[in-house]
Amino acid sequence: MTEFTFSRRALAAAALGTAMLAVAGTASAANLVVSNWEGYMAPDIVDTFKAATGVQAEVVVHATNEEIMGKLIASGGKGYDIVFVSSPFAEVLHNLGLAETIDHAKVPNLANLYPEAAALPHDPGNTFSVPYTWGTTGLCYRSDLVKEAPTSWKALLEPADAVKGKTTMLATDRWLLAAGQLALGYSVNETDATKMGQVKDLLISAKRTLLAYDDTTFYSKLVSGEAVLVQAWDGWCNYGIAENPDIKYIIPSEGSDLWLDTMVVMKASENKDAAFQFINFMLDAKNHAWAAENILYKVPNKPAMESLPAEMMQQYPNMAMPVADLVKYEQLRDVGEAQRDYSRIVSEIKAAQ
Amino acid sequence: MAVRLVPSRSTVLMAPALAWLTALMVVPCVLVLALAFFRRGIYGGVDYTFTLENFAAVVDPLYAGIFLNSARIAGLATLIAVVVGYAAAYAIAAAPRHRQPLYLFLAVLPFWSNYLIRTYAWIVLLNREGLLTQLLRWVGYTGELPSLLYTEGAVIAGLVYNYLPFVVLACYAPLARLNPELREASRDLGGSAFTTFRRITLPLTLPGVAAGAVFVFVLSIGNFVTPALLGGGRFQMIGNLVYDQFLAANDWPFGAALAMALIAIMMLLLMLQAFAATRAEGRQSPDRGEAAHG
Repeated sequence: MTEFTFSRRALAAAALGTAMLAVAGTASAANLVVSNWEGYMAPDIVDTFKAATGVQAEVVVHATNEEIMGKLIASGGKGYDIVFVSSPFAEVLHNLGLAETIDHAKVPNLANLYPEAAALPHDPGNTFSVPYTWGTTGLCYRSDLVKEAPTSWKALLEPADAVKGKTTMLATDRWLLAAGQLALGYSVNETDATKMGQVKDLLISAKRTLLAYDDTTFYSKLVSGEAVLVQAWDGWCNYGIAENPDIKYIIPSEGSDLWLDTMVVMKASENKDAAFQFINFMLDAKNHAWAAENILYKVPNKPAMESLPAEMMQQYPNMAMPVADLVKYEQLRDVGEAQRDYSRIVSEIKAAQ
Repeated sequence: MAVRLVPSRSTVLMAPALAWLTALMVVPCVLVLALAFFRRGIYGGVDYTFTLENFAAVVDPLYAGIFLNSARIAGLATLIAVVVGYAAAYAIAAAPRHRQPLYLFLAVLPFWSNYLIRTYAWIVLLNREGLLTQLLRWVGYTGELPSLLYTEGAVIAGLVYNYLPFVVLACYAPLARLNPELREASRDLGGSAFTTFRRITLPLTLPGVAAGAVFVFVLSIGNFVTPALLGGGRFQMIGNLVYDQFLAANDWPFGAALAMALIAIMMLLLMLQAFAATRAEGRQSPDRGEAAHG
């Protein structure tokens, strides 16, 4: 009998423990809670924002889009005021009704954006997302270790013998697939089964020539010489260029995707005015230039880009890419149900011997 | 009073562990199991309509193939770990008694550092511009070297390295307990060293081998860090597939079904091992008699 009572109490304690964990998991409501990738904005942003506006913000970090999306979908968007996510995920938040409409009157610095950045296909007129950084995905290589400069995605997917075993590709589903889609002349949002079958076959044969799939250290593999040619986001290639000027970046002749990271205000936010203030603060030319100078990504902010030193544009030529050229490329879009097919194709590629 | 104190004290002592297990093990497992019966929403998340399609997908040739491949890699790692670990345990058990604690301590010393850091150490060691290559260059080798890293061999080496101490510990216990007189009797009756090992030592220490082997296999087949880091993402193991469903594809229901299948395999193996151990325990005394009589 004693045993029984105790184990029931133990269960109650356990349930209480779980509840407490659940409470601890949601951020406190008093602050403006901003979730961003680690190191994606100035480390003193909380202090400078408070000095400028008097609003206390709290920054939490997520490692990937998928991680923060999982949390937002599970909580119905509660617990966060502003999230930084890539544009296809901003679209999903909008489609799920979790994204607040951007009140342009409260974000006057939207005027700093290039007109092109306010007319992107995923969200023309910036109704639910505000562009933060943008760029391309291409080839990053050691000009001193490859015989000739690559010009096509085929240089990576059907490599010459000399570079076999010295290439890496991105492991994230959409960019891995994009390399194959672009090489075959398809849209980066192609979902036709026959065409995606061809993409899969090409990427499986490419896999056999790869050193590794790598999303995070490919540029250091170039620096060490372990790899000589890698699929890379332009900004990450810049980290390699910073350490070794023989590293170069090119956009293959078949093109690139136009990737875009955005700021989204959550509909469940209880501090929407403060959230718009924060976005306005980030769009300030000086604050936005911080991202370009420190993350080496292009930012869609005209005065911010114009304020960058000329040496920087010389050292990292992709930073100087004209906006008109950049927006020629197609954005990755949310593909809805087809995402499951994409996941399956990626599993098939990764499981292939 | 004193009589009642005993059971309540034991329940009080049990309560924290029970609460811990319930909150952090039983409840999450039940939640994951429940998740496996729903559909993925169009945009990720969970659509709460009942379905069995996730379990059907687990036995799809593609995913079943990944299970089999994981089992093959885990099996190879287990085989190597058992051979190497048993030999090491044998040597430790044969060493002078006062030195044995030191050797055992050295065997488990790697556990004092973080698993990830130890795995990164292998990257530093094996990569094409790594320590091994530099060593070869230093002794005068100038040719092109293949990458040792990002191969299946590297994945297996990483698994063996990380789980070897479990085998050493599991095999050491029965080896150290083994009555030396049994072996002496076998030698006295003309059994060769090999026969003595095959007929006496090995059968009596088999439960330890089985325990160590099941440990390595179960930990290896669910591992996702080692294949990701040492395999460069080129070798998909079941752990990576589960990880991808949760953290890349946002298909939690399918990830949950895969995780449940993996847990079922692990539990089955652990139960078989426990069953075999109990049977071996029961047979222990008559076996000893038979062995002694040769």
